[in-house]
Amino acid sequence: MEKIISRLAEEVGAKMDIENLALVGIRRRGVELAARLQNILQKKTAEIPLGILDITLYRDDLSAVAKQPVVRETQIQFDLDGKDILLVDDVLFTGRTIRAALSELVDFGRPRSIKLLVLVDRGHRELPIQPDFTGKFIPTEKNQSIEVRLEEVDGEDKILLIES
Amino acid sequence: MSGWKRKDLLGLEELSAEEIEFILTTTASFKEVSTREIKKVPALRGKTIGSLFFEPSTRTRTSFELAAKRLSADIVNFSPSASSLVKGETVLDTGENLEAMKMDCFIVRHSCAGVVDFLAKRLKASFINAGDGSHEHPTQGLLDIFTIKEKKGRIKGLKVTILGDIRHSRVARSNMWGLLKLGARVTLCGPPTLIPPGIESTGARVTYNLKEALKDADAVNVLRIQLERQKENYFPSPREYSRRYQINAETLRWAKPDVLIMHPGPMNRGLEISSEAAECRNSVILTQVENGVAVRMAVLYLLLVGK
Repeated sequence: MEKIISRLAEEVGAKMDIENLALVGIRRRGVELAARLQNILQKKTAEIPLGILDITLYRDDLSAVAKQPVVRETQIQFDLDGKDILLVDDVLFTGRTIRAALSELVDFGRPRSIKLLVLVDRGHRELPIQPDFTGKFIPTEKNQSIEVRLEEVDGEDKILLIES
Repeated sequence: MSGWKRKDLLGLEELSAEEIEFILTTTASFKEVSTREIKKVPALRGKTIGSLFFEPSTRTRTSFELAAKRLSADIVNFSPSASSLVKGETVLDTGENLEAMKMDCFIVRHSCAGVVDFLAKRLKASFINAGDGSHEHPTQGLLDIFTIKEKKGRIKGLKVTILGDIRHSRVARSNMWGLLKLGARVTLCGPPTLIPPGIESTGARVTYNLKEALKDADAVNVLRIQLERQKENYFPSPREYSRRYQINAETLRWAKPDVLIMHPGPMNRGLEISSEAAECRNSVILTQVENGVAVRMAVLYLLLVGK
């Protein structure tokens, strides 16, 4: 996984304006991934701001959920206006989380651009959303699921394909 | 705890410590929303909330209204003086009529204890008790506890003094239940006539002596002296009350230097609290008001999402 992340960081460094970059991680594992990217990218440049997004309040299925999602805090302590934002998440599936994240982000300001980085793209999009940077494309069946485990949260770096 | 199961929020007495903690954790997440430039999230889009205040209120009503609006819910204010209640309609009929208009939640304040409970048992909508008689005012209790926790980092083991008219105070009751469940030591203080006999059985301590009540207290919650009830002569005169129970620079010398001074409002400056005490750096009275919106957002979210 380390290899994938440093490759992603390299691609971001090559394709984005690092001086104007701000990272936004989507809770939960997008935050740790964004922090790792920040670590690598900051070696080449000044400090890159890192924000944390909890998209729960922007979900489109809140009126239909059976089990109530726990709300956690969003922390964006920098001005988004004019910035190039790199949105970071672990797994891209239907695209609905990213839709919610985009709605929330634009309520915080007007960035110059927003790009999307995901560690794993597992397909099955329900919305017209595509990543700009992909760590790994893993073809899956709709009833399978992908679990990303990270050292900081789960004690190990691992990507698991789970049969249901 | 994985989620909220109850339809209503009627009081803190019936909640478990775990449920109270869950609301407090959720509140912390909602506090950030009010600091955004766009103070609105779409979580409760399409939900309709009715606010029924059969007793006057500015703070609580406004706080609930802001909370609902910041969650994108629609809130309808219902004022009893301009309603069919004055034409003789019963409270239950009013409730049923409003529910027939497909409302999801009602926020109710009433001068009679138990009215909210009565309606909640008979109607499908969620009910939030915004104060019923001298029974409970759960969201005030929650916001007070949240404020203490935010400032002191914990509740367990703290000594919290509730001072004043305990007898008529729903704020005192909600605070007492919530704080006791979370492991605080609660002291109730006031003139003997304003402390209900036997209240020690709840686990709270009672003292009629302010000095004793303030000693070692981490927070003192100063209740409003309800002057409108003074015709019943619970104490000889407001002046005598002030002399024995007012929180001011002098009486605060009995307390710890970092004691939190709280007041649910509206204050009678110069009666139960001096202006100096209300405005000193130990005072968290305006923080309580700020936290009130976050607590009410959390409660509305928990009651209305996933049902």
